[in-house]
Amino acid sequence: MNKSFKFAYNAAIVVAAAAAAMGIGAIVLAAVGANIGKAYLVILTEPLKDMIGITEIVVRAIPLSLIALGIAIAFRSGILNIGAEGQMMMGILASSATAIALPDLPRPLLVPLAILAGAAGGALWGGIAGVLKARLGVNEILSTVMLNYIAAQFYTFLLRGPMMDPEELVMGSGTPQTVRIPRGAWLDRILPGTRLHTGAFIALGLALVVFFLLWRTSAGFRMRAAGAEAKAARYAGVSVERYLIIAMLLSGALAGIAGSVEILGVHRRAIEGVTGGYGFTGIVVALFGGLHPAGIIPASLFFGLLLLGADMTQRLADVPANMVLVLQGAIILAIVSARQFMNNPYAQDKAARLLSRLFGKPEPPAPPGSIEACPDPSDSVDPCLAGEPQEATR
Amino acid sequence: MGHEPIRSLELRGITKRFPGILACDHIDLSVGEYSVRALVGENGAGKTTLMNILMGLYQPDEGHILINGKEVRFRSPNDAFDHGIGMVHQHFMLVQNMTVVENVALGMKSAHLPFRLDLASVRKKIVEVSERHELPVNPDAMVWQLSVGEQQRVELVKTLCLGARFLILDEPTSALTPQETDELIALLSKMSGELSIVFISHKLHEVKALSDTVSILRRGRIVFEGRTENHSPSELAALMTGHEVELPRVDSTGLDRSGDRGLLSIRDLRVRGDRGNLALDGVTLEIAPGEIIGLAGVSGNGQRELAEALNGLRRPESGSINLDGVELAGSSASRIIAEGMGYIPEDRNTEGIVPSFSVRENLVLKDIGQRDWSRGGFLRLGAIAANAAGLRERFDIRCPSTDTAAGSLSGGNIQKVILARELARGPKALVAVYPTRGLDMGAEEFIHKQLLARRAEGVAILLISEELEEIMNLSDRVAVIYKGKILKVVPGRDATKRSLGLLMAGVSDE
Repeated sequence: MNKSFKFAYNAAIVVAAAAAAMGIGAIVLAAVGANIGKAYLVILTEPLKDMIGITEIVVRAIPLSLIALGIAIAFRSGILNIGAEGQMMMGILASSATAIALPDLPRPLLVPLAILAGAAGGALWGGIAGVLKARLGVNEILSTVMLNYIAAQFYTFLLRGPMMDPEELVMGSGTPQTVRIPRGAWLDRILPGTRLHTGAFIALGLALVVFFLLWRTSAGFRMRAAGAEAKAARYAGVSVERYLIIAMLLSGALAGIAGSVEILGVHRRAIEGVTGGYGFTGIVVALFGGLHPAGIIPASLFFGLLLLGADMTQRLADVPANMVLVLQGAIILAIVSARQFMNNPYAQDKAARLLSRLFGKPEPPAPPGSIEACPDPSDSVDPCLAGEPQEATR
Repeated sequence: MGHEPIRSLELRGITKRFPGILACDHIDLSVGEYSVRALVGENGAGKTTLMNILMGLYQPDEGHILINGKEVRFRSPNDAFDHGIGMVHQHFMLVQNMTVVENVALGMKSAHLPFRLDLASVRKKIVEVSERHELPVNPDAMVWQLSVGEQQRVELVKTLCLGARFLILDEPTSALTPQETDELIALLSKMSGELSIVFISHKLHEVKALSDTVSILRRGRIVFEGRTENHSPSELAALMTGHEVELPRVDSTGLDRSGDRGLLSIRDLRVRGDRGNLALDGVTLEIAPGEIIGLAGVSGNGQRELAEALNGLRRPESGSINLDGVELAGSSASRIIAEGMGYIPEDRNTEGIVPSFSVRENLVLKDIGQRDWSRGGFLRLGAIAANAAGLRERFDIRCPSTDTAAGSLSGGNIQKVILARELARGPKALVAVYPTRGLDMGAEEFIHKQLLARRAEGVAILLISEELEEIMNLSDRVAVIYKGKILKVVPGRDATKRSLGLLMAGVSDE
């Protein structure tokens, strides 16, 4: 089997998965009586028709990619962080509180400070789950999901109470939101007339940082070792617990930065519903992107397109946005299922032999008993999708 | 059940391909009634694949299975059971926290009545089978309370209760003591009067003792078939590996170490096991530089706890571990590694390597923070690759490239990766736990030679093994561990299989 066959095989799987998802989506769309062709056309092409659409995709991709980068760090280190949503909220709170409290600081100081505060807020929330897991063996899925609930209530409480815009109380409608963040903390808009902001550069920069951290430093080496096989890492002298906590701190920090950048770049005040499920979609983006920054960036753009397309279908194709969420779910399921076949050397081998039988090409004879022949490393099924990472016991 | 007996079972032209590997290449094999057929071969020769096909776990790409001359197709293990074929796996398939009756009932469809599990009938069946075949088992014992030998019997009883007339035994003696092995062999040869047996092994003296005919698999092909009695074990070994194999032996004659102080000295070590029991109860061992001490014992008598305590993975309750004058009891794993302790852990796939990491990454797993492999926290990828290329050459690690995931290598090559990493670090002492378990003779030979070479360089080696042959071949002195205590330390040249076997069973007075 050569490289080009492998590529063709994987491409065929992706196409098949996409077709399956579209098929399921078509059933759903037909059930609500929508025009199937038109709905798909709107979702996939409408956002790309003008500059506003394209920039809006990027605006959505920024928090998605930041969160996914954090998820990748956690998953690679063997801890399944489901709490990005809560960590993002804590980041928003810390970031906006800092900016509002220090309105007179000069801009070059205030922007980094507000973002760092957001990182700290997210890191704190992620760190709790990390410490609980490392010290007491508390399942991180449980703790991060529960911390999401606490964060959501805390967020609402602050926005409706201590941090609420005083003017809203006096003469406004009582909308739960903070005062506007001082201008000195705003992230610049890159293109006039659009909402595209400099957070895009932050996301790209951090993608590079995460890549170097995980694959080019000894700390990242240890984190990946602890995540891939905690026992072997421990036997090799790696303090698995310490790296677990570090991974959760970093993962939370990135979610916090996502929240901070979203507030400073787009909304310019903390309002309800900012996170809007980014924390969960971010997990899908991370997995879809192969838990690697080079995959996460395009994956976040793709999901940005889907999110925006969902909004547009409601207006243009008269399909409720909720139906598009169903479609998204179908796509995600299809893709995650397809990953089981992608890069699977057994399935590849079968397909290759089936093809050669169908088209009468002489079958490349496998060397008899070439036991030492081991598959390409890229052939190994993604550890995070093949099953739960090893629980770190003791 | 209620099917006709298996008078003959035939495999014809069985072929199974895996990516890049022809695991079984047109294999023909036939087993008649009441006979024992041994199937031997090195790791990766295709034995297990062939039996998995026979059990319906894999579908053959080509070829047929015939029972009593009629073709059958097994789509799942249930189909194989229904035809009276049963397999005892190398790793027991028993639920530890269930009783023997419950374990047998799991697979017994006739006991699963609507809304009720008929345990009484299962118990009756167990008693019946165990009496007929003289396989004493206590139906109400919890499986975890049983010794390995007893669990082996439970597996046999279970398979027979499910109606097996044709038994496949996959390396059934790999976890047994020499005495238990002898008992099992005797039992199986008696049972062969009523059953047909396929016996997979690479221990040739067992093959000699038990089987009528032997088939040797090499690289997916049957390379030899014949009556066992006509061939000596060494002939079979040569056929199995394709070349003469001679395992090296230690030469400790004329060495007097009475004046040496121990390089690795363990004093009065007490360590608790996972269940809070005292797994090591006052172990004292002195290992001199250039000495191999073999620690013999049935697994589960404190070997794992000893190895883990020595390597900082388990905190000792009391006692001392001294390596070259440095006290290490209770130190962290990383400190002990830095002080020059080498470790070949028991489970090479999860403790020895990170399977998804490349060979080159695994080779620097312990030393990634050292200046050689990272500077200022950043990896030196060039140096790491060069190191791997050198070690691959030196240790004959067979892999397509050092970028290959270590977990995809064969067991022998994984062990070579671990060995290369541990030995390249220049350890003062080395703890090797079951270093050749499950490996074929070629790999075993290589690893034994490496250990003896390290001994000649003055490394203190603690060799933990259940293979008496291995221990007797390599050890200057043999210590026998039983229930967390060292029963006796004898010079290697005085040790006999019999005397060690008795000690391993806890009999200390001769």
